[in-house]
Amino acid sequence: MKTNVYQASNHPTGQFKNYLIGYFVSILLTLSSFFIVTNHVLTLNTAVYVISLLAIGQFIIQIVFFLHLFNERSPRYRLLVFLLMLSIVLILVIGSIWIMTNLSSNMSIPKQIQYMNNQGGGF
Amino acid sequence: MSTQNQQFDIHHVSLSELRKEESTSIFENVSFGFFVYLMTDLVLFASLFAVYAVLHKNTAGGPAGYQIFNLNTVLVETLLLLTSSFTTGLTILSLKTKTKKNVYINLFITFLLGLSFLVIELNEFSHLVSIGDSWRVSGFLSSFFTLVGTHGLHISIGLIWMIILAYRLHKTGFGRANIRRFTIFSLFWHFLDVIWIFIFTVVYLMGVTRL
Repeated sequence: MKTNVYQASNHPTGQFKNYLIGYFVSILLTLSSFFIVTNHVLTLNTAVYVISLLAIGQFIIQIVFFLHLFNERSPRYRLLVFLLMLSIVLILVIGSIWIMTNLSSNMSIPKQIQYMNNQGGGF
Repeated sequence: MSTQNQQFDIHHVSLSELRKEESTSIFENVSFGFFVYLMTDLVLFASLFAVYAVLHKNTAGGPAGYQIFNLNTVLVETLLLLTSSFTTGLTILSLKTKTKKNVYINLFITFLLGLSFLVIELNEFSHLVSIGDSWRVSGFLSSFFTLVGTHGLHISIGLIWMIILAYRLHKTGFGRANIRRFTIFSLFWHFLDVIWIFIFTVVYLMGVTRL
């Protein structure tokens, strides 16, 4: 019974349809983010948010239709590892940007001089 | 007697089922191990993305992104890689139906698409170096070349891998080991396309919008 269900979900024609859907939706998302940027459809800040969302959408589409992450059977170790890595990636990227932006705005040379003058010292 | 027979049958079925389960679980373990490797590769790319995000404004008198990126070329690269990801899926499907000719055709198309992607990318790199915008110029260019170059290195490894796959298929046919190799390779290639989505968006599209 169990193997039957597994085979049905892995049937070649069904999978071909999946690949085709994933391919066309990905092309559509790629082209729309490309046209948003080249034709200056939106204001700068909105455009950045929209193309980020389109990229995340394409990421999810490819994970579902190409990497088949969500039709795994019951002990979903792949999904677990994936979620763990996703959290590490987010901490790494957002954390780096956050810390380095803070550093560059607080540790610039003019600000350091101002700080030292406030302390009554100077160079 | 009949109960004995029944017991024997049950025993027999469960034993063969057990063997089947065992062999599929070994197969799934191997591809799971490769999946974990891909996830660590994801962390490698994430750290390179973080470096790029931190350094991309430090142009140090050199050019910024919008001065050197040609979006049309990058769009062609993106479509090539996306199509090659699709044909990798088709390769796996023809592997499942065991039609050798289709496997070769699909693998060859994937190879050609990957190769043309790599050629376009190397062309872009050599053009940048020839006009004096190499990785030595600024933090922005260093991080750009490292991030995009690491992806290109993965692509070239994938191209070599495809040649080995075709050779193995020619030698040993549709054995268990070959199906495993092809499955693992398709994971790798789809993964590279996923990474490229973010390079396309973060490096090229956002680079052109001057952020």
